[in-house]
Amino acid sequence: MTAMRRFLASGWLSTYAFLYVVFLYLPVIFLPIFSVNSAATPKFPLSGFTLKWYEDLPRTPALLDAAWNSLVVGLSASILSTVLGILAARSITRYRYPGRRAINSLIMAPLVLPEIIVAISMLLVILQLGLSLSLFTIVLGHVLICIPYSMTVLTAGFEGFDRSLEEASADLGESAFGTFRRVTLPMVAPAIISSLLVCFTISLDEFIIAFFLTGTEATLPIYIWGQLRFASKLPGVLALGTLLLAASFLLMTIAEILRRRAARRTQNDGGLLA
Amino acid sequence: MTATAEGSPTFGMTRARRNALLQSEPVQGLALISPTFLYALVLLVLPILVVVAHSFWTQNYLTIDRTFTLENYRVALTEPIYRDLLWRSLYISLMVSFFTVVLAYPIAYFISFHGGRHKSLWLFLITIPFWTSYLLRVMSWKVILGYNGVLNSGLLGLGIINEPSTALLYNSSAVIITLTHAWAAFAILPIFVSLEKIDRTLVEAAKDLGDGPIRSFLRVTLPLSAPGIISAALIVMIPTVGDYVTPKLVGGKDGVMIANAIQAQFGKASNWPLGAALSVTTMLIVTLMAGATVLVIRAAQRLAR
Repeated sequence: MTAMRRFLASGWLSTYAFLYVVFLYLPVIFLPIFSVNSAATPKFPLSGFTLKWYEDLPRTPALLDAAWNSLVVGLSASILSTVLGILAARSITRYRYPGRRAINSLIMAPLVLPEIIVAISMLLVILQLGLSLSLFTIVLGHVLICIPYSMTVLTAGFEGFDRSLEEASADLGESAFGTFRRVTLPMVAPAIISSLLVCFTISLDEFIIAFFLTGTEATLPIYIWGQLRFASKLPGVLALGTLLLAASFLLMTIAEILRRRAARRTQNDGGLLA
Repeated sequence: MTATAEGSPTFGMTRARRNALLQSEPVQGLALISPTFLYALVLLVLPILVVVAHSFWTQNYLTIDRTFTLENYRVALTEPIYRDLLWRSLYISLMVSFFTVVLAYPIAYFISFHGGRHKSLWLFLITIPFWTSYLLRVMSWKVILGYNGVLNSGLLGLGIINEPSTALLYNSSAVIITLTHAWAAFAILPIFVSLEKIDRTLVEAAKDLGDGPIRSFLRVTLPLSAPGIISAALIVMIPTVGDYVTPKLVGGKDGVMIANAIQAQFGKASNWPLGAALSVTTMLIVTLMAGATVLVIRAAQRLAR
């Protein structure tokens, strides 16, 4: 009787779960569908298969520039925020000291601040200091919002780590840095790569901060934003969006696989953000 | 010890003490975290202080008059346009966090209690759409809800409606739908984590003591997952108040939110102090609303027990 009821409850729930996943994925799925549709406006019924929107992409110099800028910003931001994330995550998981929690919440604060506040406050300071806006200022902003994510991934990686391994290495005469490089680093390498991928994905997709802190150079989201004003450019944007979607999906899948491998290695199963 | 230390024992003592201090846990920990801490201090705390300072100044064409004034706050709080925008932003973010939490709870519950071996796969499946560009997700809602959009053309094709509806796009409901979709994953994760922490024997005990499934859920599981509900509500509410892209793309005239006004002050209108005052007001009101939400959920939690 209870087993029956439980099955019914879980059956009801799994139907809901299925519908929910459909709700989550449906809007996203329209991008690839309409990116290969020959009509210029996205509506049903579909008018025919075409790849011309994709073929036009490499022939747009502004788009190629934006892609290059996004790559530069994404690489710089992910490396910088992962380095800062490693230092902080290591400190948080390895040492106990007063103010630890306060410092941690300050570093995590960008996660719960409206992005526009982060963007305009950085803009004010940069303009006050007389610095010019450029890709570099975007990187500064992206590092700030990437660090909390990097910290989350890395803390999970550092936390399950068995400290006796480090102690053994130190007892055997390895210096502190040597121990870190030859024992700690290889153990947490998957978490580090996962953090790099997550930060790169965030930077690649981030719009508001880039929008406020950019000079004349556009990143991909800024380029897309500019194109959205023209209805005729929509199919091209959909094609570009589909490619970005595929890239994000790929990067996140690799990050997740690596994170799981790291978790298995340190016997710790905390999900991303969890 | 080195030669110098042998030569002057007192100096050796202080040096040893200094070394001990340098190798102590707090110092090493603080030294390690200081670059990240300083980064957040210089690029987050300092800029916010600069914004707060600006909010008390006045824009004088191209220069800024640094005499203290509360005029910007008077404008921000009493001018009908800004007052309305603030209220609407609060209303929208409250609705969005309510809907995301209510819709997310059963999913989090399902994964935690019935997910079995596939828990992390489910979580991954649910977070994937969240990792796609926010701009693109908002845009796809525009494609769905538009006059010539997917929903209208689909309903026309099925013969359910005779002409495309204009009521779908460019209003605050479109903003609420889009944001509810965009923030879904953020609400699921904290609720899932708090459900995972619940000691399952408590639920069993409630059942053994004669509570039915609904009663034991309402009196044991739901109150115990309150921390997750609180963090889910806050993690959705706080950023959505300041959302810029969604109101701009799908909001139309009736869906404009405070972030759009803030952006205008830093762009076209070029009145930084007013923009700063609007930002500070937004932050303060969000904080108040977040505090109120926490109190309401905690009170409900106590009532349930």
